[in-house]
Amino acid sequence: MSNALALDPTVVALIVGMAAVTYATKAGGLWLIGRIDLSERAEAGLDVLPGAVVVAFVAPALADGGVPEWVAAGATVAVAHKTGSLLLSLGVGVGTVLAARSVV
Amino acid sequence: MAEAESATERPVESTDTEPDEGRVTFTLAGVREGFITGFPVAVGVAGYGVVFGVIADQAGLSVAEAALMSATVLAGAAQLIGVELWADSVPMATVVATVGIVNLRYLLMGAALRPWFRQLSPRAAYGSIFFTADENWALTIGKLRSGSKRGAFLLGSGLVLWLLWIVATVLGVTAGDFLATPEQYGLDYVLTALFLTLAVGLWEGRESIRPWLAAAGVALVANALLPGEWYVIVGALAGAVVRMVSHE
Repeated sequence: MSNALALDPTVVALIVGMAAVTYATKAGGLWLIGRIDLSERAEAGLDVLPGAVVVAFVAPALADGGVPEWVAAGATVAVAHKTGSLLLSLGVGVGTVLAARSVV
Repeated sequence: MAEAESATERPVESTDTEPDEGRVTFTLAGVREGFITGFPVAVGVAGYGVVFGVIADQAGLSVAEAALMSATVLAGAAQLIGVELWADSVPMATVVATVGIVNLRYLLMGAALRPWFRQLSPRAAYGSIFFTADENWALTIGKLRSGSKRGAFLLGSGLVLWLLWIVATVLGVTAGDFLATPEQYGLDYVLTALFLTLAVGLWEGRESIRPWLAAAGVALVANALLPGEWYVIVGALAGAVVRMVSHE
């Protein structure tokens, strides 16, 4: 059955559905928040949202990790703070986690 | 534009990071910068594109179907979960609904882009928002927050991610089993390292302490209690609510 170029109509319908609902969530926040008149208070909440999303992402990831992930997190934050270079902090983070995993 | 006024009058100390009205651009230079900055991050994401390809293959999708899904959906976790459910013969409507729930965090991410994206044409804003993924959204927010006016950064960083995501998907479906261990190369840590780096950039001093503690604490509890990625939404909202409550 596995023809590499096969496009089963049912699967295509599934993909269309998934694509539509995903785009709706991506565009929906931007659209919705532009439609309502935000109070200053709500603006302040929106202002803190990027940091809050980032922290909410990363806290469970770190909690689920172990010593290698924590050591690498410290190294990443230190390098990011010192250099502000994304490439450097990513490299140090991934390098540290690899090195620490081979030790621990 | 009245709402723009209230945005600039906010009594937040970091006024230099607020976008000036009408100055956010949408240029080729912005696309290029996003593309180049996004490349290393996209390589990390591509590790998961391979994993997705392998799982899509196991679920019975053809190369064309998997590539089409990666090209049109562009949402890692949602695609993985969607394809796994599909392989378990879960009805299509349920799969699509689950994908929507997994993607709910994008609502918040899109909302957070508004201060800059409302200055772009609707075509530019709603066109480039398609290319939002966790990683390049975070890169973009970090960039814009630090004073960049390049509204096309999201598109550029999204394009490189999109291209590598499709290529990696095809690779995963066709030759995946050899490559499908991102942990072996530390690629599973790229997202964490990226978000930690961005957290350093987004830190606003004392102002950030309480909302961030709330976001982290609630996310941890939600992660233990709720399925899927609800913890991102619940945690982020908790942070925003704390800021709103303490706002005077």
